[in-house]
Amino acid sequence: MNIVLKLEHAVSDILAITQRNLIKYTRLPQLIIFSTIQPIMFMLLFTYVFGGAIKTSTGSYIAYLLPGILVQTVLFGSMQTGVSLAEDLSRGIIDRFRSLPITQSAILAARTLTDVVRNIFVIFLMTLVGFIVGFRIEHGVLHFLGGLLIVLCFGFAFSWISACIGLSVKDVETAQVAGFIWVFPLVFASSIFVPVDSMPSWLQVFAKHTPITATANAVRALTLGQPAGDFALQALLWIFGLLAVFIPLAVISYNKRKG
Amino acid sequence: MTTEHEGHEGAAIVAHNITKSYGSVHALSGVSITVPYGKVFGLLGPNGAGKTTLVRILTTLLRHDDGNATVAGHNIASNPNAVRATIGLTGQFAATDEHLTGRENLHLVGKLYHLKKDAIKHRAAQLLEKFSLTDAADRPSKTYSGGMRRRLDLAMSLFNHPKVLFLDEPTTGLDPQSRITLWQIIKELVAEGTTVLLTTQYLEEADHLADRIMVIDHGKIIAEGTPRELKSKVGGDVLEIHVERVDHAHRALDLVRHLAKEAPHIQEALGMISIPTAEGANAIVEAVRLLDAAHIKIADIALRRPTLDDVFLTLTGHTENAPASAPRSTGEGPHFTTGDGNFFSTR
Ligand SMILES: Nc1ncnc2c1ncn2[C@@H]1O[C@H](COP(=O)(O)OP(=O)(O)OP(=O)(O)O)[C@@H](O)[C@H]1O
Ligand SMILES: [Mg+2]
Repeated sequence: MNIVLKLEHAVSDILAITQRNLIKYTRLPQLIIFSTIQPIMFMLLFTYVFGGAIKTSTGSYIAYLLPGILVQTVLFGSMQTGVSLAEDLSRGIIDRFRSLPITQSAILAARTLTDVVRNIFVIFLMTLVGFIVGFRIEHGVLHFLGGLLIVLCFGFAFSWISACIGLSVKDVETAQVAGFIWVFPLVFASSIFVPVDSMPSWLQVFAKHTPITATANAVRALTLGQPAGDFALQALLWIFGLLAVFIPLAVISYNKRKG
Repeated sequence: MTTEHEGHEGAAIVAHNITKSYGSVHALSGVSITVPYGKVFGLLGPNGAGKTTLVRILTTLLRHDDGNATVAGHNIASNPNAVRATIGLTGQFAATDEHLTGRENLHLVGKLYHLKKDAIKHRAAQLLEKFSLTDAADRPSKTYSGGMRRRLDLAMSLFNHPKVLFLDEPTTGLDPQSRITLWQIIKELVAEGTTVLLTTQYLEEADHLADRIMVIDHGKIIAEGTPRELKSKVGGDVLEIHVERVDHAHRALDLVRHLAKEAPHIQEALGMISIPTAEGANAIVEAVRLLDAAHIKIADIALRRPTLDDVFLTLTGHTENAPASAPRSTGEGPHFTTGDGNFFSTR
């Protein structure tokens, strides 16, 4: 089979399975609703409860918080990839996919792509609520959209990490716990909610060098009109690095699971 | 392909010495089969025999440890996608998506076969019609009954007109009517030239559908042949007489003992006697005449074909553990084993 046709088939496989994944959300809209309510609640609580106490260089806390909380939101959203994958693997439909002449890794690609689509929807709503509570784009819409694009790519990269976790555990419950537990320290020890400078120095060493801080800083700089180049480069390097490691890893462990 | 295969180039499924272990469990220890094109091959075995394992290996869902196999001429290990393009699989558990409607499930499969949009639509509608799912086509398949889900599953495996069809216990859990319908569909497919490998726990089903049957247990082949050959290995028919008064059982047995080919069996408490016989339907006529003349009232009399229980008893020396495995089959003791209308069957 020639390579163009092969590629065409792979793309159509990915789209077909992505569509299948998305249909599930239209049948179970509560899945989307609850995964949106939680980050919105976070945003409101941080803005109104902690906002006054947290000193940031930006004018209002929401201007600081929104870019960060978008990163947190896609991160948590991405962790759903592994859970959904573990769920699919435990169901009969996976046998159907495996007995069809498809590009087998399309199942993984479709899953991560589905979560990108879901993340787009969720960050759109988050931004909307952000506007209601006082967030403003200060530095041009294009910069802001560029920021969102970085956020989505960041989510996509973490989806592959999550896929690896989902593939390496035996059941959905384990995927749930294993997928989230390690994200919490990363999220809080970062510049998402507070400036890293306010942390004890030993923690700063760690917090300054995570992909989360890099991404949050890049998006924040882009929305606030600060020089963003360094942060954006750092974030993109992280994203490509993670993808380069975790895509092959996920594909290998998917193929290994056979049986 | 190895030279070994060349003699069977023409066969739809050729497997050589397939082995598979799960840790210390030897699910398959050296199974070889050959299924010619256009034939139905019945794989018969109790729970845990290795049926599903073999089907999953041949359909590329599972990797085997040793041995080799081709399906429709394609090696399962080196060319799995070519195998997948020619087969259809209905596994033991339905491989449908519960959130999608029946139609969406079929469309998904069509897309994954890379068919044209119109062709997909048309084929889906056709299959929904064939499997009486048109009315339920547009509701999520999780609202389907077990039988409907199995039909949808089968429809999905037939989508691309597979050359070789694998059916893992296709009728388990179906009511008698649906079973007969399914048998009919299988027969039609075979008439159109499809090769079928089917697993079952019911000898009767294999008997009804298969050209050739293989019995496996504990991952080993214990018998293979046509249904007729197999049954003759197992023994002939069994004449079962249930007398009305249990205390007549012994007298009844004495009267008909000469019909027995092997040692008869008596369950006094139930007033039941079973007599392996080679006389066929004649045995019934004779028994009725003799018992009637002796004024022994018969509650029930039947000539039954060997059941799976008999097969296993004869071939392996152990019976399958009936309650968990064969809800519709034996379980209650020999008298009630006829189940599916093979009373007086003389096929
Ligand atoms: N994933 C697995 N891990 C460990 N053992 C397994 C696994 N799958 C199957 N087995 C074992 O392999 C043996 C064969 O199982 P298989 O499912 O092939 O039997 P079967 O003939 O299909 O039985 P049934 O009629 O119950 O469907 C059994 O002893 C089973 O316990
Ligand atoms: Mg089985």
